[in-house]
Amino acid sequence: MIELAGLTKRYGEKLAVNNLTFTVRPGMVTGFLGPNGAGKSTTMRMVLGLDRPTAGDVRIDGIHYDQLKDPLKYIGALLDAKAVHGGRSAYNHLLCLAQSNGIPRSRVREVLDTVGLTAVARKKAKGFSMGMGQRLGIAAALLGDPRILMFDEPVNGLDPEGIHWIRNLMKSLAAQGRTVFVSSHLMSEMALTADHLVVIGQGRLLADTTMADFIQQNSRSYVRLRSPQREQLLDALSRAGISAVEVGNGALEVDGGKPELLGELAARNGIVLHELSPQQASLEAAFMRLTAEAVEYHAHAETVGGTTPSPPEQQPEWGATWQQRKGH
Amino acid sequence: MIEAVGLTKRYGDKTAVYNLSFQVRPGAVTGFLGPNGSGKSTTMRMILGLDQPTSGQVTIGGYPYRRLPNAPRQVGALLDAKAVHGGRSARSHLLCLAQLSGIPARRVDEVLGVVGLQDVAKKRSKGFSLGMGQRLGIAAALLGDPQVLLFDEPVNGLDPEGILWVRNLMKSLAAEGRTVFVSSHLMSEMALTADHLIVIGRGQLLADMSVKDFISHNSADFARVRTPDTEPQQREKLTAALTEAGGQVLPEQDGALRVTGLPLPRISDLAHEADVRLWELSPHQASLEEAYMRMTQGAVDYRSTIDQRAGLQQPLPPGVTPPQPMPVPGQGQSGWYAPPPPQQGGQPFAMPQAPAGAPYAGGQAAGPYAAGPAAAPNPYAQPPAAPAPATPDTTQRTSEDPR
Amino acid sequence: MSAIQVVRSEWTKIRSVSSTVWTLGLAAVVTIALGTLISILSKREFDSLGAREQVSFDPTFISFAGMSLGQLAMIVFGVLVVSNEYSTGMIRTSLAAVPQRGTFLFGKVAVATLLAFVVGLATSFVAFFLGQAMLGEHAASLSDRGVLRAVIGGGLYMMLIAMFSMGVAAMLRGPMLSLGILMPFFFLISNILGNVSATEKIGRYLPDQAGSKIMQVVTPFGDDTPYGPWGGLGIMVLWVMAALVGGYAVIKKRDA
Repeated sequence: MIELAGLTKRYGEKLAVNNLTFTVRPGMVTGFLGPNGAGKSTTMRMVLGLDRPTAGDVRIDGIHYDQLKDPLKYIGALLDAKAVHGGRSAYNHLLCLAQSNGIPRSRVREVLDTVGLTAVARKKAKGFSMGMGQRLGIAAALLGDPRILMFDEPVNGLDPEGIHWIRNLMKSLAAQGRTVFVSSHLMSEMALTADHLVVIGQGRLLADTTMADFIQQNSRSYVRLRSPQREQLLDALSRAGISAVEVGNGALEVDGGKPELLGELAARNGIVLHELSPQQASLEAAFMRLTAEAVEYHAHAETVGGTTPSPPEQQPEWGATWQQRKGH
Repeated sequence: MIEAVGLTKRYGDKTAVYNLSFQVRPGAVTGFLGPNGSGKSTTMRMILGLDQPTSGQVTIGGYPYRRLPNAPRQVGALLDAKAVHGGRSARSHLLCLAQLSGIPARRVDEVLGVVGLQDVAKKRSKGFSLGMGQRLGIAAALLGDPQVLLFDEPVNGLDPEGILWVRNLMKSLAAEGRTVFVSSHLMSEMALTADHLIVIGRGQLLADMSVKDFISHNSADFARVRTPDTEPQQREKLTAALTEAGGQVLPEQDGALRVTGLPLPRISDLAHEADVRLWELSPHQASLEEAYMRMTQGAVDYRSTIDQRAGLQQPLPPGVTPPQPMPVPGQGQSGWYAPPPPQQGGQPFAMPQAPAGAPYAGGQAAGPYAAGPAAAPNPYAQPPAAPAPATPDTTQRTSEDPR
Repeated sequence: MSAIQVVRSEWTKIRSVSSTVWTLGLAAVVTIALGTLISILSKREFDSLGAREQVSFDPTFISFAGMSLGQLAMIVFGVLVVSNEYSTGMIRTSLAAVPQRGTFLFGKVAVATLLAFVVGLATSFVAFFLGQAMLGEHAASLSDRGVLRAVIGGGLYMMLIAMFSMGVAAMLRGPMLSLGILMPFFFLISNILGNVSATEKIGRYLPDQAGSKIMQVVTPFGDDTPYGPWGGLGIMVLWVMAALVGGYAVIKKRDA
């Protein structure tokens, strides 16, 4: 469990983190989202005692980080995969971390195996690709078999197999009852991994809620209907006081409708349905809506090249959105 | 248009790219996929004339890059965002690129505006974050207003707003009739951006087809069906009816059914006949990731060793539940073990000795990497893809998870 | 978090990077080689020296002449041990593992100091014996009064130079800045201050000039230095302590 209470960090004039209060609970993956410059990294650094809060307080299982005996056994973190001395081998890098926390040498071999770096364990870290560096950072986080894990952009540089692996790793760590706190800019990845979300913008807490609630509160949800008896269906809907929109291809959309109610309605009226599918916007769309004002670097429309970036509110192509959301 | 013919690159006795032939057409975003070490970067470098092919050739608009007249005005590329002199400001970096190819200085300020760096244009790029460096790289690629654009992992380090922006930028560049060739490891991003895919593995072509075809060739579409929660017997009844009609029915975690092999109207009719009311009946397509995983499965060896946690079985702090035994429900064992990392010297996979080209010929994924039958893709009448030998469960489970 | 664990970890760190081997190796080789060379030259020149110089001829000190250059490699060693943590970003990983910053810094300094002392002492003995062998009939013996003190002092001097560099590097963090200040300081400024009569009296309180007094057996003619060999070493120790306290204050206070 990670508890933040009124956590604040000021760099000169700039308030990087402003009075953040939230708790990261065990047994689930908590996603930590926010635009660039929102204060995510600063927050994570304060959790690890690397930066000192200007005000407020952060505790790991009720204890301040610098009071932890052998902290790697409580909390393992991947903050920056490049935080490694390039001249040191992967094995020695992990060994010196293990020794500082009284972790046996045999554990170093194990985590190297777990992340698949055994074959290059004796190679210097500076020859590693970004993906390999990321694996080394994950190995360091797992070293003390900690109850709490914190990852900053864990899939950076990993290939699809690696991304798939880290996603399953985080889920299984959470399923074992551990606390997993992960930041990422990849909304589609987060939608597949996280159960709970903490969203910050300009250093302030914007949301602390479950994934499902977050999407529901920040985007449009609707039910799509298709039926060979379209006219009867429209009649039945209007009799029940439900407004439906025709969207072409013979499909109807009912905003905010409950699929079970619509199913019962069709059954009562003896109407055959060929589709009855609940639709939700993607996590990305929900996130964009929430953080629209909190973005620091806005891209602008090109004048001569003629490219026209769409505004953040624009929803991606329907099928894609839904595909992403459901993970199919 | 980018055209590769029999492109091959050897480094010593290591073959990075072998007999690669493909075309990247204008007017579409073409995704370039493959595991680490599959030869994507080498191919990109050969397209840009940075590496010389051992045999074969690759041309842009009919010319090899090095003989392309005024190349910077025709081709823009983002290969490595860090390929910038850190002590120089963003603006002077772009300005010296512009001057090299006779692009007016006005254009520099334009592209800085396009990528949203106008406020930090005078700052040294050394202090840039990964995302800002990436924007600068994209600005450099756009500088000559080129017809052909290459991007290697363009969303690296960008935040969600930046990712959305890059996605829309690439789509609109393609919509203007330009050739856009993008490599990425992020399948979900590719699914949203690319129209066409070129997939390579072990330096050879695995697939060259539209995203839609790729997904239906490599995975099964299915329907999600939910019956009233209050009446479990309805669910049993429907399962029996669907199975009898030749469908495959799998229960999902939330009580819904995953049905393959039957079209939606047929499921609806069967439910009606069995007098079962439906609370949900939605068509689903597998994800690009799932399809990609199936296709490249043959090219990945999972290492399985068990995380022993030697000497770490310490007493748990009070109030903490002990860890559940492995494996975790819903997760295959393999979830814990990382797939092999990119090799450091030496091929990750042995080169197959089979005659090159033929089994992987573009468009027909009938080679050993295609899991699904290459039959006409009727989405709901297709038998489920044969479970692949290694870890099919993990692939399935992850995408099934209703999050 | 026990100090033993930190020391063990720091020992792994220090032995697993190649810069340790080449900086310490260079310090030893340069000190010994230059000391030997100057000893050979001094033997040849001895007869042409004036009576005063012959009286104050210090064979022990001459065999340590290479230290003026060898100490630069020792400075690089001390700086890199600390500032590599910052330049590579390893510091964040290290401080997450050992959040007690004082324990971290002093564990690191202790390991590097011990290593520098062992290498310095060995260098000092080898330089002494090789130098004396070259000096022939003018050579000093280890059993002569003050010679053993000077030879052990040579090891201590190198150790303290490394410690001072570590303290400075902990204050300044970056290797370039630290080396950019320490190198000219020891190689130029200290020499200039020490050799110009107007500043001589200040110069002799600089760490290297005060500390090197420990290696002198024969006091030069007309020397009016107000401290003895141990007094000089004491002054150097004060400098080292000041640097380490400063380094500790910085690491304790600033964000990693």
